[in-house]
Amino acid sequence: MSGFLALEDGTVFRGESVAADGFAVGEAVFTTAMTGYQEIVTDPSFAEQLICFTAPMVGNYGVAEGRSESPRPHARAVLMREARGPAWTDWLHERGLVALSGIDTRSLVLKLRAAGAMRAVVVAGEGSTEQAVAVARAQEPMAGRALAGGVSTSRPYVYSDVGRARIAVVDYGCKRSILRRLAGAGAAVTVFPHDATSDELARFDGVLLSNGPGDPEPLVDEVAVIRELLGRAPILGICLGHQLLALSAGHETYKLPFGHRGANHPVVERATGRVLVTSQNHGFAVAPSDAREATHQSLYDGTVEGLDFPLEHARSVQFHPEAGPGPHDAWPLIESWVEEVAYAEAA
Amino acid sequence: MPRRHDLESICLIGSGPIVIGQACEFDYAGCQALKVLREDGFRTIVVNSNPATIMTDPGFADRTYLEPLDLEGVADVLARERPDALLSTMGGQTALNLARELATAGVLDELGVELIGAPLDVIARAEDREEFREAVRSVGLKVPSSRIVTSVEELGGISLPAVIRPAFTLGGHGGGFVETLDALRRQVERGLAESPIGQVLVEESVRGWDEFELEVVRDRKDNVVIVCSIENIDPMGVHTGDSVTVAPQMTLSDQAYQELRDAAIAVIRAVGVECGGSNIQFARERDTGELRVIEMNPRVSRSSALASKATGYPIAKVAAKLAVGYTLDEIPNDLTGTTPASFEPTLDYVVVKFPRFAFEKFPGADTTLGTQMKSVGEAMGIGRTFVEAYRKAERSRELENEERWELPASAHPWFHEELAREPGWLDLDAAVADDFLRYKRAGLADGDIGPELVVRAKRRSSGVRPSYRRVDSCAGEVEAASTYYYSTYGEADEAPPTGTNPRVVILGSGPNRIGQGIEFDYCCVHAAQSFRALGYEAVMVNCNPETVSTDYDTSDRLYFEPLRLEEVLAVCERERPDGVAIQFGGQTPLKLARGLEAAGFPIMGTPFDAVDLAEDRERFGALLARLGIRCPQWGIARSSEEAREVAERIGFPVLIRPSYVLGGRAMRVCYSCDDLGDIDRPVLIDRFLESAIEIDVDAVSDGMDTYIGAVMQHVEEAGVHSGDSACVLPAPSLSAAEDAEIREVVRTLAPALGVVGLINVQLALADGTLYVLEANPRASRTVPFASKATGVNLVQAACRVMAGTKLTELGMSEAQSLGHVSVKAAVLPFARFPGADPILGPEMRATGEVMATAADLPTAFAKAERAAGRPLPTKGTAFLSVRDADKHAVVPVAESLAGLGFKLLATSGTSDTLTAAGIAVERVRKVTEQGSGATVVDLIRRGRCNLVINTPHGSGARTDGYLIREAALVARVPCITTLSGAAAAVHAIANARHEESMSLQERIDETRAA
Repeated sequence: MSGFLALEDGTVFRGESVAADGFAVGEAVFTTAMTGYQEIVTDPSFAEQLICFTAPMVGNYGVAEGRSESPRPHARAVLMREARGPAWTDWLHERGLVALSGIDTRSLVLKLRAAGAMRAVVVAGEGSTEQAVAVARAQEPMAGRALAGGVSTSRPYVYSDVGRARIAVVDYGCKRSILRRLAGAGAAVTVFPHDATSDELARFDGVLLSNGPGDPEPLVDEVAVIRELLGRAPILGICLGHQLLALSAGHETYKLPFGHRGANHPVVERATGRVLVTSQNHGFAVAPSDAREATHQSLYDGTVEGLDFPLEHARSVQFHPEAGPGPHDAWPLIESWVEEVAYAEAA
Repeated sequence: MPRRHDLESICLIGSGPIVIGQACEFDYAGCQALKVLREDGFRTIVVNSNPATIMTDPGFADRTYLEPLDLEGVADVLARERPDALLSTMGGQTALNLARELATAGVLDELGVELIGAPLDVIARAEDREEFREAVRSVGLKVPSSRIVTSVEELGGISLPAVIRPAFTLGGHGGGFVETLDALRRQVERGLAESPIGQVLVEESVRGWDEFELEVVRDRKDNVVIVCSIENIDPMGVHTGDSVTVAPQMTLSDQAYQELRDAAIAVIRAVGVECGGSNIQFARERDTGELRVIEMNPRVSRSSALASKATGYPIAKVAAKLAVGYTLDEIPNDLTGTTPASFEPTLDYVVVKFPRFAFEKFPGADTTLGTQMKSVGEAMGIGRTFVEAYRKAERSRELENEERWELPASAHPWFHEELAREPGWLDLDAAVADDFLRYKRAGLADGDIGPELVVRAKRRSSGVRPSYRRVDSCAGEVEAASTYYYSTYGEADEAPPTGTNPRVVILGSGPNRIGQGIEFDYCCVHAAQSFRALGYEAVMVNCNPETVSTDYDTSDRLYFEPLRLEEVLAVCERERPDGVAIQFGGQTPLKLARGLEAAGFPIMGTPFDAVDLAEDRERFGALLARLGIRCPQWGIARSSEEAREVAERIGFPVLIRPSYVLGGRAMRVCYSCDDLGDIDRPVLIDRFLESAIEIDVDAVSDGMDTYIGAVMQHVEEAGVHSGDSACVLPAPSLSAAEDAEIREVVRTLAPALGVVGLINVQLALADGTLYVLEANPRASRTVPFASKATGVNLVQAACRVMAGTKLTELGMSEAQSLGHVSVKAAVLPFARFPGADPILGPEMRATGEVMATAADLPTAFAKAERAAGRPLPTKGTAFLSVRDADKHAVVPVAESLAGLGFKLLATSGTSDTLTAAGIAVERVRKVTEQGSGATVVDLIRRGRCNLVINTPHGSGARTDGYLIREAALVARVPCITTLSGAAAAVHAIANARHEESMSLQERIDETRAA
């Protein structure tokens, strides 16, 4: 069965439907990661998005339960140059995802790079392209959308109950890899909903602000909680968590033209000049800043990739130290943070 | 950290002659390194004995030394130039081994030269098996369990199957896979003999495990990036150089891939490579994920060249900058210009590499693939899917019969599934655009779908044409002005050409093979440079990932495409060139010329008809007759009977060959009717001129005037392929009148053929009479040698002539009083092909060549032999055994050797001749001779001979001669198989002097001043 992608600017890309029927609306974005398709599709940060893979072939090595970053897919649709099945396409189908193969993904990427991420509709099957474009245009733009609430856990739960440090994770759309890394580093981990209060969180040895989808700016309540929490418990922010920490400390965030999504982004640690090859997935960023607390910087566009407020024991990174998918270069960031938290607690 | 300011001059060592396992990828690396070092203001000195390299062009370094790559040769240059540093990581294993030797011998310390790129301890940790194993274990990884062995007595308790890996050898040379105790013993003996340090590793076999390679780059701040992952489709057990490989890896999940990535980073740190690139190989058990680190090269490599071409990330360039102090984040990504080199390329296409073999050249040789590399070249294909890339690479090999490669059963099932997807038979009459698209997207050529021209016409009329995509290193994420393209189908075309300058499409020479190698890449690169300098846009088409021509900044646009009519026409349709240059890429572009002309694309310079005129023996014969130029008597025969008639008419011996030959493929010398064999297709029969002097001329003609670039004389007599013969410039045996006659003949012939550009003419001088043997209206294998020996860039002159300039306007003078003698010597791969008889003949078998220059011939000859890895002995024992025809001529050779103090050994016949001539000689037993005492083969094996002179009666394997030659090969004793070669060698032994090395630049200045 054929299908198509319609962008808000009227451009249409045709392909072949390889998973669920129907249609999906969302923001068309691309990721340049060459591996980890299952992890990406199940990463809650991709909520309300249509993911285009630049990797030429997707699905080569099948699927495995342990690879999912959350219990279900969050991306709305998957766009591929060449999908490989049946394991991968069946998996998508069973989960109701719309997916197209045979898309001229490079042309789509070049368009999104030049014009920015766009609202779009993916249709599996025949349909009116004009109508699809109209639906795409009727969507609410990603800027201004608060999406964390929709993907967060509704109630607290314990992920691992033993460890040398007790860590609270605020789930704005948390990936399992973060929890796995924390537990692996020896932390006892409890996960809280996005609207947990500062009092609930401050009882822990450390608080991790997770990744998540959407625009950080409208999350004013979450930012307020973080502001209250500052100085009361050590904080580590990742991705959206980084942006929220930045907002709470007076930095500005803005929407990137087409985002950073991939597993190869160079980030420099300003103090040492060391470069980390990082896993990234964000459509919003903390505006470039020379402030002393800006510890990491993107070597692509200068956006702030890390913050450190030593007095408040709060720090954050824009990239994904937990990987899943992507390089493990920044794994030690999580490990050393747990170490520090445990040490401070013991002292 | 910026550039180091404590360094001013840097010496770079090249990799020497092209041999199996070490080809032009190191020219590519060296060129990139020199380019960036010079841009940074360093004074550069390069040492490489290979004249066909671009890196040894006088314009590429401040000082260029075509000197032997041995301790003495490089130490001389270092002492003369006193560089601050030696960069050892660009010249393959040869340079790395030399750097190690220079350091251990104390030369570097004595001269105050710092080893950069890979310091001594790093080389040792990566190359010494024991140290490497320790380094890998120290980071919790595993190498296959193994034992280091220095004698066959230490083999007790080794479990089989096992792999034998000698230390410090090229391409795993001397190694192998063994399953029996007997084989184990034999292979270890061989490995010990091959290893310069007499050490081999006997290790746990991981044959059948999946094989991966990672290209890793690290800087002095400990930043590490993985440039590329490469998956071998042939699992472990086949040398990676002989494997079909794909990038990026296709079958690993993110988790499994990241494990490999982590392991690679841990290994590069443990070994301690601080500023440069490394290739790390892994074996991975498919089901359990069990990992073994197989080996690491702390330098650029064949795989790093492939990775650079596959990703657009120039590893050698980056490694050179790292070696002089920069860090990755300070080096810009060339393709984007706005982002740094401290990232990992991401691919939105697939790259497949195929090896190219030359077994047909070595009858009798074992063709089984194993841990010792046997391929002579490679081709790469790029596509948007695996099969598309795979099929493109497969057909880029340019095999005579387009056979497909059979996927090994042990290959990962994913590859089997992908290839099984191929669409079936297509009903051409009913086919619509979507059908063609489906076939093209599966990577099939028009000729795979049906009759090529029919499919092409129907496909085009249905609107299905290729589109071109950029290789940009970042999958489109960052804007890139890259001019590196590949074709695919069913997508938008990207960045079509817009310039208004005239355009020339230069067709490259495809995968290296015997007879068509780096020399032609040299010519193509020069053509690109020359046309650019003339105001043209130079567009390159080639599919060889090892080369300089496929570096993205050699031309204005690079199309990485198969050199086949379909793909080349498509490029021409996109580029609409003012001309297509076909005379630089060897025989490959000539095969496309007719089709290009038919499609209306103008050939630049010499038209295709000239090629046909020169290659069609009847037309050529008629032309020579009209011009009054002599050629050996000849005839064409279509059957055995006709062959006999022709041969008897012109008289034996005769030379038989098929038309349109490359590298003398299938040429034979026949001495009688019995030798003619069965003839079932047209053959060319020439009178074979015995004991003639063979002459090679390279010239440039503008269609009126002709500039004679070089008149070169072969050392070996006629009958030995020109590519295998040593060659001398200026020709030493020609009288002034003969020289003038040769020049006159070429001056007459070139315009008569219609040559506009380069021409190579082969002539023979027999008993004072000059014959033209053949003319090639294109660049020849000797163009780089001739250009370097004379200091005149022949390709540049050819390009100017092709662009319409007249020779008279170029003001070139034919001064041949060079004041020095240059010798080119061939390097032969016999040691790689046990079972094939190591003799010279009309079939070319050399993989590479070296050049040496000195004030006189013997000195230059001796140096060339040294550079070719066969240093002539100056004392000791010489063994002589020659065929009856040579018995007379061997006497003076033996006399000279005896006069030089050599002890002489000979078998019965030769011994009788020498004794009769009053020369003291010790008679030794042939293998086939009854009797007691050691045979000649025993003596050679025991290292009792320092020189072997053995001229064959024919090449029957298992003859005495064969056994002698094979023993010499294994014992690494110089073995000379022609009497003319022996005479030249003995003359050199007697008269060679020690001479201070001199750079190419100084010689050129000297010649110009003269």
